[in-house]
Parts: sequence; structure tokens; C-alpha cells
Amino acid sequence: MPVAERQSTYVTAFEALRGSADAGPDWLREAREAAFGRFLEHGFPTTRDEEWRHTNVKPIADTTFEPAASLALSRDILAPASFNEDAAAEIVVVNGHVSQTLSSLQGLPRGVTVRSARESWPAPRVERPADEAASAPAGPRVATATAFTDLNLAFFEDAIVIHVDPKTIVRSPIHVLFVSVAGAAPAMASPRLLLEAGEQSQISIIESYVGVGEGVTLANAVTEFRIDAGAVVNHVKIQRELATAFHVAHMLARLGRSANLVSHAISLGGRIARNDIVAVLDGEGAECVLNGLYVADGDTLIDTHTTIDHAKPHCPSHELYKGILDGRSRAVFNGKIIVRPDAQKTDAKQTNKALLLTDDAQINTKPQLEIFADDVKCTHGAAIGQLDDDQMFYLRSRGIPELDARNLLIHAFANDVLTGMKIEGVRDRVMHWLEEKLRLPAA
Amino acid sequence: MLLEINDLRVRAEDKEILKGLSLSVDAGQVHAIMGPNGSGKSTLARVLAGHPGYEVISGTVTYDGKDLLALQPEERAHEGVFMAFQYPVEIAGINNTYFLKAALNSIRKHRGEQELDAVEFMQLVRGKAKALDMDQAMLSRSVNEGFSGGEKKRNEIFQMAVLEPRLAILDETDSGLDIDALKIVSKGVNALRHPSRAIVVVTHYQRLLNYIVPDFVHVLNDGRIVRSGGKELALELEDKGYGWIETAAATAGSR
Repeated sequence: MPVAERQSTYVTAFEALRGSADAGPDWLREAREAAFGRFLEHGFPTTRDEEWRHTNVKPIADTTFEPAASLALSRDILAPASFNEDAAAEIVVVNGHVSQTLSSLQGLPRGVTVRSARESWPAPRVERPADEAASAPAGPRVATATAFTDLNLAFFEDAIVIHVDPKTIVRSPIHVLFVSVAGAAPAMASPRLLLEAGEQSQISIIESYVGVGEGVTLANAVTEFRIDAGAVVNHVKIQRELATAFHVAHMLARLGRSANLVSHAISLGGRIARNDIVAVLDGEGAECVLNGLYVADGDTLIDTHTTIDHAKPHCPSHELYKGILDGRSRAVFNGKIIVRPDAQKTDAKQTNKALLLTDDAQINTKPQLEIFADDVKCTHGAAIGQLDDDQMFYLRSRGIPELDARNLLIHAFANDVLTGMKIEGVRDRVMHWLEEKLRLPAA
Repeated sequence: MLLEINDLRVRAEDKEILKGLSLSVDAGQVHAIMGPNGSGKSTLARVLAGHPGYEVISGTVTYDGKDLLALQPEERAHEGVFMAFQYPVEIAGINNTYFLKAALNSIRKHRGEQELDAVEFMQLVRGKAKALDMDQAMLSRSVNEGFSGGEKKRNEIFQMAVLEPRLAILDETDSGLDIDALKIVSKGVNALRHPSRAIVVVTHYQRLLNYIVPDFVHVLNDGRIVRSGGKELALELEDKGYGWIETAAATAGSR
């Protein structure tokens, strides 16, 4: 399909949005126009773009997506995806639209406010990530705007804004559940989430993505975290979309002085799932942990690009990403670590491991270190392999049958990441979903 | 005979390592297998445990009347074969206790015995861990992960104590141990000496045999047992060195 024709559906959709109140206030209309202009100019990335070298988004570009409509869903359909038991509040977003009826905010702790941007235009101001990066300190630019973030900005239906007042301590997590509803025609949703954690506050956020129905969907998400000085944020992202779904997500976290972010990204679904995660350590002593576990089978492609931007001194960062690849699935991991000239005493550690369960599974992994300071510690390591023969033999020699031994080793591989997840109920659910996905018996 | 090895020839990749080895071990006996580096000691231990890296060219191994070589590694364990590894494998993410409980229950299930629950299992292992000077922390860590060399070897003997095999093969369990650890490990092994159980100790050094006193000593050289005797053979070997055996073997071969 020629580019112009492929984009014509987006043009039609954008014209419809332009003529409606949904486009929002003037400043947002302007931002949307600019973003859509950039999208039309550059189009979708191709494998000639370095950042997309191993991920061909042609299946997305070739699909004619309509902006997904607001829909009413029954509570029963979503029950299996609910974290009600572990969460203080649950915000349900269907096709990018907040569902007041499905959300439950009664348990929202004092000091935490949840707003839907749609209800309170023009505030809050939603910026595109690149505008934030422009104010970054000396050193390389982090190009965070892509065709997908532009597309999100042009079309996003609503934005969830979670604001935590300074010194507010929230122990139970807040769950934001994004639902993609598949139907006869391919549907695109553009969810957007903004967390503002005030100084010395503490909060846990579960961000999950699921699909219902049958058909093709695209969730093109943007998540922003602003973590002020001394704030502590625990974040879990769980992506379990349909096997026919496309998932493209962009997360940008900016950490102030001595702020702390622990983020776990779990990818279990989708046909193509791409995660761009950028953490900017923008205050002295800020610390981040970016961990991830992805599981793929069939023809799935899971791509993770992380960037940890050490902008200030004395910041530790730890990164552990693990993948389990079955069938003919493929994965991409690109871990960029930038250490800017000011960021002395940086302590960055990156580890990427992949377990290939078949000969056809494949991974492309690349550490990318850009270091401009001289008194720093940066280590990276990648290990890719099949199940370890020595470990298999050791377990079997003790009487554990071959299939059980294999099962144990896969669990152990995943556990390495999951044990870092602080909320037990969430960890157990994730393990259960992983077992389902790989058809493993529970260990 | 509990174990009967007859004219066993084994190769790894393209190299023949065991070149017609025969050995009989009966219940209640402790056999020591000694030999220089590369003589095939560890190969013998691993082949008996069912390591997939070896190919049996010819010969037979009969264990308790069964063709041992036809059994999978886990089936051998179910039948009571245990090998203490020369290099115990580290497995991150699998809890030591969990692993051992799974192993024991798998063996019990095979024997038609009731599987143990967590409480019963802990009662069983507590005393055995204490005898080997293993603390609670070691039990709850990942299998061998971050263990010192001595801790790994103690963990092997601890597993053996819990699984109670009928044929225990110790593959250079003494290597790398300081004298205190050696005494602890030996004590653990001696506690398992029993009329119904056979123990095969593979070692490079005679020292271990001061603590685990064998009924028989066999000297392995170039894939064959070249000499067998009582415990005094180990002392003679220690005294004269392996060169003595190699020379003797060469002379015998040229005759």
C-alpha cells in the first residue's frame, strides 16, 4: 500500500478529531497538529532506522486502524485482570477512555488524586517526552519522540493523571488497567498515563494492558513519571494483550534528587510488542532499578529498548532483563546507558539474559554505553542460551524427572526477576500467567 | 553383587577413556578408586550416574540385577544410585531445600511411599544438616549458589544423607577441602556406612582414606583397573607415587 493511502485513514480520523470538542483546549490542539504534522512527514519507522533495525513495524503500518471507540464492558469480563485484592484503587481505561463505572476509587488514600485530563481540560498540561528531554543537561540528546509518540499525542483520547502529595506514603498499589477491545475492524487506542510523585512521597503503581474480544488492536501508549526529590516509586507494568495485538509503549521517568524508582516490566502478550523505557536520573543520588521479564511464543516479537540517562553524580542504576523464547518467537533488547560529564561516581549495572527453548527462537541483544565521565563504574553482561545441560543433569541425577527439571529451571530463570517485585499477590499472579503462557505445571 | 561392571569401554567425543574396566561391589562394602589425572576415575563415576556426555562402546553394568546403562539418570536415582559431584552445579533461583524435597519426594513416589509435606521434610533434614555443620541460611539459599568449595561438598553429602542411596559414588569429594571440612564430610559419609549400602570413593589422594577407611582399593590407570588390594594399597601408592603404577603398567604391557 502506498504511504499516502496508508496514512489517509489517519488523516480522515484526525480531521474528525479536529472538528470535535475531543481535541481539547487550544494549546492541546496546537500540540496535536504539530505532532500529526511530524507523523505525516516522517511516517512509521523502518528497519533502516537504527532504533528499529530488528523490529519491522510493517504489519502495523499496513493495517488500517480506526481510533477505538469508547465502549461499555461488563465487570465480569475484566474480573480476571483485576488486582482488586491487592490494590487500593483501580482505574479502568477502555480503548483509551476512562470508564467511571468500572473504576473504583473509593479506597484512594488521602493525598492522592486521580484525574482524567478530559474532565479537567486544559490542566494538566501533557507534554510530549521530547520536550522534556530538550531541557536535559550537557551531553547527547535523548531522542524520545518517535512516530508512535507523535501518533499518541495527535490522537490520545484521555490522560490519567495520578498526583501524590509530598510526604504522602501509600502502601497499597494503585492499578491502572488499560483494556484494548478487539472487534471487526482493527482499532487503535492511545492511552496516556502521568504520575506525579511529590517530594518524599511513596507510591506503587501497577500498569497493566489486556485485550478482550477477537481481532487486531494497537495500543500505542505513553507513560510519564515525574518523581520529585526523595520520592519512592514502585512500578509494575504487565502487558498481556491478545496474540493478535500490537503494543507500542513509551515510558519516560524523570527522577529528582535522591528519588528512587523500581520498575518491573512484564511482557506476556501481543504479536509485536515494543517497549521504549527512558529513565533520566536528574538529581544527585537518584536511583533506579529497571527489571523486565518477557515471554514469547509462536511468531511473537518482543522488543525492549531501555535508556538510563545518568545526568547527575552519585546515581546507581541496576538493570536485569530476562526473556524466555519459545516457538519461532524473536526478541530484541537494546540497553543504552548514558553517563553525562557531570555524572561522576555513577554505578550502573546491566544484565540481559535470554533462555531459548527452541532452535528457532532468536534474540538480538545489544548493550550501548555512552560514557562521558571518568570516575564511574559501568558493567554490562549478556547471556543467551538453552537450558543448561549441567543443571539438567544435576537435577535428574537427584531423581527429578526430565520434564520436572526443565520446569524447575524455567521457573528459576523467571524467579530471578520476579523476586524483585515487592507485592507478593502481584508476583504470584504474574508467575501464574507465565505458567499459563508456557503451559508449565505450577512449581 | 549390588554393582557388577564388566569390561566397560566408554568414550567421550572421540576419545576412548574407559578401556575395558571391570569391578564388583557388594552391599556393605566401601571401595576406593584411585588413579592419576586422566585415568578415567571421574568418567567412571559420571557414567554410573548417567551423564549424557559419554558413549558406552561395549561392556555391561548390572546394578541390583538391572541393566543400569538402560536407565535414565532420574531412574537410577529412583533405584538408589547417588553420585556426589566433583563440581556441584550452581542453580540460581532454586531453593536448596525446595530442590531436595522435590528430589526426595520423587524417589519416595517411585518407591510407592507417601510424599513428605514441608513440615515432615524439615523435621527430617534438620538433624542431618546439623551433623554436617550446615546452618539454616545454607538450606534456604539457591542450590550451591555462592557456596564456598567446602560448602558445596558438604551440601553433596547432606543430599546423600537425606536421599539415603543404596549405591553412593563420591567423585573427588575431598578435593579442595581443608582438614576440618574433610573431617566433617568423612563423618557424614561414615554415618551412612551400612550393611545394605555400598560406597565407592573416587579420589586422587590417600588422605581421605584415613577418615573413610575402605575395604578395597583399586588403582585405575589408562581406563583400566591395574591393581586391587586392601587399604594398605593406598598407603603404598601414597608412598611410591602414581609413577610406580604407570611404570608397572607399561612393563606389564610390554611383556
